[in-house]
Amino acid sequence: MAGRGAVQLWIGAGLSGFFCLAGLLSLVWTPYDVTVLDIGNKLAPPSAEHLLGTDHLGRDMLSMIMAGARTSIAVALVAVGIGIGLGVPLGLWAAARKGSLTDEIVMRGNDLVFAFPSLVIAILITAVFGPSAVNAIIAIGIFNIPVFARVARGAALTLWTQDFILAARVAGKKSARISVEHILPNIANLLIVQGTIQFSLGILAEAGLSYVGLGTQPPTPSWGRMLADAQTFFYGNPSLAILPGLAIVLTVLGLNLMGDGLRDALDPRLQRSIR
Amino acid sequence: MGYILSRLISLVVSLAAASVVIFAAVEVVPGDPAAFMLGLNASEDTIAALRAELGLDGSVLERYVGWVGGMLTGDFGTSYTYRVPVADLVSQRIVVSLPLAGYALLLSTLLAVPAGLVAAAWRGRAPDYGIMAASQLGIAVPNFWFAMLLVLAFAITWKIFPAGGFPGWEAGFWAGMRALTLPAIALALPQAAILARVLRSALIEQTGQDYIRTARAKGLSSGAALRRHGLRNAMIPVLTILGLQFSFLLAGAIIIENVFFLPGLGRLIFQGITQRDLVVVESVTMLLVCAVIVVTFLVDIAYALVDPRLRRR
Repeated sequence: MAGRGAVQLWIGAGLSGFFCLAGLLSLVWTPYDVTVLDIGNKLAPPSAEHLLGTDHLGRDMLSMIMAGARTSIAVALVAVGIGIGLGVPLGLWAAARKGSLTDEIVMRGNDLVFAFPSLVIAILITAVFGPSAVNAIIAIGIFNIPVFARVARGAALTLWTQDFILAARVAGKKSARISVEHILPNIANLLIVQGTIQFSLGILAEAGLSYVGLGTQPPTPSWGRMLADAQTFFYGNPSLAILPGLAIVLTVLGLNLMGDGLRDALDPRLQRSIR
Repeated sequence: MGYILSRLISLVVSLAAASVVIFAAVEVVPGDPAAFMLGLNASEDTIAALRAELGLDGSVLERYVGWVGGMLTGDFGTSYTYRVPVADLVSQRIVVSLPLAGYALLLSTLLAVPAGLVAAAWRGRAPDYGIMAASQLGIAVPNFWFAMLLVLAFAITWKIFPAGGFPGWEAGFWAGMRALTLPAIALALPQAAILARVLRSALIEQTGQDYIRTARAKGLSSGAALRRHGLRNAMIPVLTILGLQFSFLLAGAIIIENVFFLPGLGRLIFQGITQRDLVVVESVTMLLVCAVIVVTFLVDIAYALVDPRLRRR
């Protein structure tokens, strides 16, 4: 079974790495400029000049997909960063004071966030503060906080009962220092696995928000927006909708495979968390 | 009884907390809700008139108590754009959203339970790999994109189902179900993929148990032992997921209802947002969150019914 995990890991890393690289490359180079419209050349089929054809405004689809990768991946990555940056300290703090009022408040707050249908609240946030990529990041990021808090607390609690932590306490270290020096390195594996899962969910969420017009705003290209634009020209030009969708599916699939593979590689006993 | 009471208390606390969060997000954070609703070009007089209409002149506490009190007595306020009570809008829309969610949940269960059983019974062999690969793909597909593909295949290429819209239940049961079929499939597929995976691992956990060995010893095939005895014991994680999926289905429906132009609750919220009709947004959001919290409560109670050991806790 170890072999299968490794295969998953490499296929997943290859797929998601490919789109991450495409997004990075788009920062410095795309085949065509996506901010320049060429209406005379709109809805062109794939050709030597435009490998994937052009969209309804004459923009090169390959360039759009590359630039869209940049947006989707950046939004999801920052949202994961928010989740780790705020959720992990909260979880560690709650674990260090298990059973205290702090622990209770952190965990009940988590339950509350889980009770909300995430998309409803994301839509509410973008509606109140206005649709933008930044507000989409905040809306997605908020829901990553309780996820990471829960994972960090659960893993930290089992560590707190172990002898090497007891030794550190006997040595007179404060609980905050123990959390950072001893607990955090030991739960890093778990956090990385959860991180890839949240990363893939973030890409799906960004696509959904942008698709209904509450995420990334034009002219910034994003896969969700491309799908929304494609809907009007769907009948004659299905490839406009199929290409960005495939990009989303392959990236998310790659991240999920990578998460599964990493989990097997880092700790075979680890249970996949419920999503 | 103690178990049910503790769940009941947590139900009430969650509902109260959710109402505070939604009220704060909609009415306090944007500053003056009346000015927000009317936009930049509104005159002082219209804003003042709307403030009076919405009862915004009272203190924040008075407004909150008024809103919650109204919700409890079935008064969800009056929509600013539609000029009708929100309760009327909700009752028109819920007859689309609820059947859609139920239809999708049914499809997802019908797909996932056999798939999970087959994968668990043939663990590590071809059917298992096939089902797991398919479910991996199902999780990665955004449901609105899958919806677009379904429209392309079954509404444009082969004209079997309508591409969108809802004729109303007056047009007959089958006409309504036909309009809901593609949206329900689009909603159900990713849910079925998750459910099949959870069911498979829950069942595999059961295969090592003594009671399964006993059932095998008395002559049941491994598949029959899993079906008759394993399935019931694997129900707890499955129930959790089904409860969670209800909230996904409600939220996912917001986007799917937009793809298919279905006049459901999700589309109502969405229209409320684009028209800045805060009364609609606030009350319908609360209603959706309330539905999710109540379903979570019911799932907790269902645990106790499935597993009598929990009742004694």
